[in-house]
Amino acid sequence: MNHLLRDLAPITDRGWEQLEDEARQQLVASLAARKLVDFSGPHGWQHSATNLGRTETVQTAVVEGVKPVRRRVLALVEPRVDFSVARSELDDIARGAEDADLDDLAQAARRIALAENVAVFNGWGEAGITGITAATPHKPIGLTDDLTACPRHIARAVEVLLSSGVGGPYGLALGPEVYKSVIETTEHGGYPLFDHLRKILDGPLVWAPGVDGGVVLSLRGGDFLFECGQDIAIGYDSHDGENVALYLVESFSFRVATPEAAVALPAPKASRKRR
Amino acid sequence: MPTEQYHEPPGELPEDVRTFARMCTSLIEEAEAIGWYAQRLALERDEAAAAIMRDAQDEEFKHFSMDLEFLFRQTPLWRKVAERVLFQPGDITENADAAEAVFEEGGDDEEAPLTPGADGSLGIGSLKGMQR
Repeated sequence: MNHLLRDLAPITDRGWEQLEDEARQQLVASLAARKLVDFSGPHGWQHSATNLGRTETVQTAVVEGVKPVRRRVLALVEPRVDFSVARSELDDIARGAEDADLDDLAQAARRIALAENVAVFNGWGEAGITGITAATPHKPIGLTDDLTACPRHIARAVEVLLSSGVGGPYGLALGPEVYKSVIETTEHGGYPLFDHLRKILDGPLVWAPGVDGGVVLSLRGGDFLFECGQDIAIGYDSHDGENVALYLVESFSFRVATPEAAVALPAPKASRKRR
Repeated sequence: MPTEQYHEPPGELPEDVRTFARMCTSLIEEAEAIGWYAQRLALERDEAAAAIMRDAQDEEFKHFSMDLEFLFRQTPLWRKVAERVLFQPGDITENADAAEAVFEEGGDDEEAPLTPGADGSLGIGSLKGMQR
């Protein structure tokens, strides 16, 4: 048994299968960062830090004439989201039910995916993670409410990247509000805006909860590095006669190797929504 | 349709591990086909028929290579080992001995990723390349 303690949970094989299927569906839809940045791992639960290849000075030398430096590493962060499943629902799954109420799991999956997206795109100061939008030296290109201007904004962002020597293809992460507006919009002649933007980028448009507006970034590789220790897993916490307490957990670090490889396109202030 | 590509109950395996198993089976089948065409070509006297078989075998070379590359991408440690054996000049067994150094370097525990799903996870991994 590993650290997830799943063998202690009163859950049948069929129950685990349905929990995992539901979690996977939610996560694959919401894990926007993984669709755009480089992924390394999983390196396992024991993997604790990312090697940065850098050092810092240690002021105190224990012996005169010895000049020490200390390695700098980026510790992995462990997001965990608790959820519960009613034992009556698990019993029904064992009987063959296909419509079990797994809403709490679905919400937990969306929440851990949101945390991952926010860390990658916006940063997570206490975890030592600088996000893509904070790292980029390029001036933000603000989106406007008039989405027919969007192709110009995206083209400008691509031009900024090209001018910095950052090659494509490029991807576009779009916050849910802007994404919805984009897929609803057609240009003159009925051409879908979504398809037009994809042609400019030569890459995907990704629905990205946690992103404010949009972010254009290069997909050439080597610029944005997500390092995974434990990939997202369901673990067991405890149970009583009514519910089984479970959790979703992962461990990861993220660093930007090429800050110039992205441009932020913040949403117009009026249309910004609280996450 | 019955299949023997899984060694463990498929329902208990994460999706990416099932894909991995399917690609391993595909790799075996492509290698078998290459061997079969080699035997047929050794015996075939009709030039036109032999030309078609050579063409078919060429396709199998390509399919085998694509399968292998997919598996390497899923298993960086396997790739590391293969890099020291494939396309290297000299004695193959000596190169294989040299490839052992990958494990001694700690490539199998600290740096190299685990086989998909081996960490007890949902096996999601990288989603790069997904269109939405």
